[in-house]
Amino acid sequence: MRLEYFQMIDRVRSVDAEAIAAEAVVPDRSPVFEGHFPGHPLVPGVLLVETMAQASGYLLLHRFGFARMPFLSGVKEAKFRSFVVPETRLEVSARLEHDGSGYAVTKASIVADGKRICDAELTFRTLPFPAPELEAAMRARAARIGLPGQAPP
Amino acid sequence: MASAFDRIADIIAETSDVPRERITPDSHVINDLGIDSLDFLDIVFAIDKAFGIKVPVEAWTQEVNNGTAPAEQYFVMKNLATRIEELVAAKSAGA
Repeated sequence: MRLEYFQMIDRVRSVDAEAIAAEAVVPDRSPVFEGHFPGHPLVPGVLLVETMAQASGYLLLHRFGFARMPFLSGVKEAKFRSFVVPETRLEVSARLEHDGSGYAVTKASIVADGKRICDAELTFRTLPFPAPELEAAMRARAARIGLPGQAPP
Repeated sequence: MASAFDRIADIIAETSDVPRERITPDSHVINDLGIDSLDFLDIVFAIDKAFGIKVPVEAWTQEVNNGTAPAEQYFVMKNLATRIEELVAAKSAGA
């Protein structure tokens, strides 16, 4: 994870049209921890939501064959059950709840050492890529984390 | 079973801040009930689940934006209910 660059997912372990399993390791240092919190570094809950959203996003990119980009538009029932400290290895998973017209809904969760960290229901608007640079960046990032099917058409 | 109108009105009342009694067959979902696009997504999700269909919101929006269909055709409650009934019937016919 590179928290300050919003690069939350390190590796995709498995993915199909319905679900994804990914890994993310919290860095030992980050400017984020300077403020959150001094002397007691914790990954902010909003970044755990972002981590679940990115896993869901890669699931949707894979499902759509990179024809559409998911943009987070709703977070429901988000629960943060445990603190997440530096160097924690996170198992991030997301499952498609519904593939609608121009939107999709997922249920996502994070587990560490068998312990539930957080979960939420996430809604995304799905749109054609608004800029070729964004599509190229998403494909490149997806390739780095091992998401299959990200090669340009 | 409740009519499509009643089921949709119940969904809107549960999903948004609009009181159920304000929702009439002639209510325009956006202009009269003040539902914004994000709330409408939640409503469509609930309709998709309740009726087992996929409401083609993107196609509807495109038709309205292109001027090939009036917004009332899709966004006035009685017409929305009719469109949903048509989608359910089409799904049943194709099943």
